Amino acid sequence: MKESVVSAKKPIKTVIGPIHPALKEPIKFIFEIDGEKVIKVDLAPGHNHRGLEWMATRRNAVQTLYVSERICGICSISHSIAYCRAIEQAADIEVPVRADYLRTIFAEMERIHSHLLWAGVAALELGFDTLFYKAWEVREDLMDLLEYLTGNRVNYGVLQIGGVRRDITPDQHARINKSLLNYTILFDELYDMFLEDTVLRMRCRDTGVLTPEDALKLCTVGPVIRASGIATDVRQDFPYCAYGDLDIKAITPEALAGEVHGDVFDRIIVRLLEVKQSIEIIQQSMKKMPIGPLTNFPKLMVLLNHIKQAEGEGIGRHEAPRGEVFHYIRLAANQESPLVWKVKASTYSNAMSWVKMLEGEQIADIPIIVASVDPCISCTDRVAMVDKGRTSIFTQDDLRRLSRKKTERIRQGLK
Amino acid sequence: MTEIFLKLIIGVVSMTALGIVGGFIIQGVDRKLAALMQARIGPLLRQPWWDFLKLMRKENVVPEHAVPWVYNAAPIMAFASVITIFLYLPFAGFNPLMEGYGDLILIMYLLAMPALAMVFGGFASGSPYATIGAQREMVTMIGYELPLGAIVISFAWKMAQSGLAHPFSLKTIAANPIWNLVGPFGIIGFILLLLAMIVVTPAELSKGPFDAPEAKSELAEGLLVEYSGRNLAMFYLALGAKMIAMLGLTVALFFPYTISQYFQVDTTVKIVIEVLFYIIKIFLVMFVSVTLMRVSMARFRITQIVEIYWKLGGTMTFLGLFLIMLDGKL
Repeated sequence: MKESVVSAKKPIKTVIGPIHPALKEPIKFIFEIDGEKVIKVDLAPGHNHRGLEWMATRRNAVQTLYVSERICGICSISHSIAYCRAIEQAADIEVPVRADYLRTIFAEMERIHSHLLWAGVAALELGFDTLFYKAWEVREDLMDLLEYLTGNRVNYGVLQIGGVRRDITPDQHARINKSLLNYTILFDELYDMFLEDTVLRMRCRDTGVLTPEDALKLCTVGPVIRASGIATDVRQDFPYCAYGDLDIKAITPEALAGEVHGDVFDRIIVRLLEVKQSIEIIQQSMKKMPIGPLTNFPKLMVLLNHIKQAEGEGIGRHEAPRGEVFHYIRLAANQESPLVWKVKASTYSNAMSWVKMLEGEQIADIPIIVASVDPCISCTDRVAMVDKGRTSIFTQDDLRRLSRKKTERIRQGLK
Repeated sequence: MTEIFLKLIIGVVSMTALGIVGGFIIQGVDRKLAALMQARIGPLLRQPWWDFLKLMRKENVVPEHAVPWVYNAAPIMAFASVITIFLYLPFAGFNPLMEGYGDLILIMYLLAMPALAMVFGGFASGSPYATIGAQREMVTMIGYELPLGAIVISFAWKMAQSGLAHPFSLKTIAANPIWNLVGPFGIIGFILLLLAMIVVTPAELSKGPFDAPEAKSELAEGLLVEYSGRNLAMFYLALGAKMIAMLGLTVALFFPYTISQYFQVDTTVKIVIEVLFYIIKIFLVMFVSVTLMRVSMARFRITQIVEIYWKLGGTMTFLGLFLIMLDGKL
């Protein structure tokens, strides 16, 4: 873009990304900078599109379950819970109570390790390497626990449509309790390190503020909206799995400080307190978990056949560590693969809040503000516009037209 | 006249060797200690040497938008000015090589030279990251020069007040340890100055938490973002040597004590003891003012850096100076 008027104090145009040390995944930010101050922000996602939804329409439902785990390396349980629930709704499959509890336990374990990973990344962005190493060292224990329970450290492969694949046996409780106790102690340590540190407070207080009004207007989800003081949580508002039986209250920074700033520091508070909440949820679930079958479809062929016969649509929602994930599934009769699979991850909802948070802030705060949303670009990128090597900008009207076209195609496919 | 030239040539050669080798060792120790404090295994002690060798083998890229002669001259200027400091610094109880030709004020200016060279290099790189980094480096310099200047003035004032000749000369300061000259108020004053010096050191060496000009996660190494190959290797050498120079200055100002007079041994053994004692002092100062500082704090914003140096550093040094003056009057 050429500027016709050359002023003496022209803001510098700086591009951060798609590849930059501040970003863990490819996304492009275009900043207009005056000195150290950010004047204008624009973002361009779409560097990490892998066509997963397209892949799903060429695989059967169980195969797609494993694709859904691989949408993102950190929310692998979250995406598969949302996916399973969507299929279960569409095909009218009932999940045994014990399986629901097990799903809850795995989901909460994932929340703990995701939040610890985030805490490490946040410390790294602030240039506090020691805290980064500490947070990631602490996280290892939970990864080991998940490996012990599911067999895998990252993509657990533990969920199945209609239930779960592995049980938690009574002799495994000792190992789980040991880890949970360990985390209860470590929590206090982390609490001191993050919330009592003067320098961290200096950097994060009143940085990247998102007002409750903006948070609502931009439809942000997860810890971002809760840190702005709005107590929404899918687990609390629309209970699913075993969450209805458990005491769950959305955590806002008021719980600790008595006031809401909606800044980066509040997002740290919310995530740290959620770690504690998750420990409690796991403890509650382990106590309340009833004995029963793990799935109503022990034979895979029966399950696949049932899904093949089914027709209809379903949605699955889950409060992932980063916020709500939403899966939409449309099944057609006598077709093994889903007709449509639509994934909306939490970062998609949170991305536009970056603009509000970053404008008027300093360059030094860009990395931590970007990280404070806990962005997951591979979750978010569901589309890339490439036209023979040219990329073009689509307006809202263009997108609406395209989506109507697609809906029409799906409708024809249903007939 | 020829004597001076001979001295200069020998001095430059030996000091360059000392700066390079010492810089590698001190960087290696710093990295290893930081790693141990962060519960990591960390690199080997000779890692900085390997890094240097690798950089020397890499291609030396000059960006399209750079001003080549400034861009290429900056690393050499940085390294040369650090080596020049060595000629005026007393090491291990020996008098400075160019004794009588320069004093504390000169060292203060020479210490600013590598930073200035990096600023020139940054601006000449023609990259927005480097430009922002260079601006930040200048602002940081404005910040820490105030407490540093106040420290130098306090020393010279005390020396002059004690009736010593050449108050700015490092030889005078090294010969008369400051703690012996002052009373209780003065000791408190100089402790404040020592604390200020410890806070100034990381910024002087572009280390955390005052590494905003380089800021890995913000500016992708800022000033040095475009540098590669030989030029970057030269900057590494300069930064390593500058670490020795800065820590050497702290030791020379605050801990000029020697211990060899307590041993009844040969002169050669005395020199060895003195050198070992000096190395221990350097490492101790490094541990407190570089390693401990950078592992225990998050990076400050550039505005916070200036605030810290002017408000906290300024208050500390001027209070120190006031206490020293009060002590002198009593």
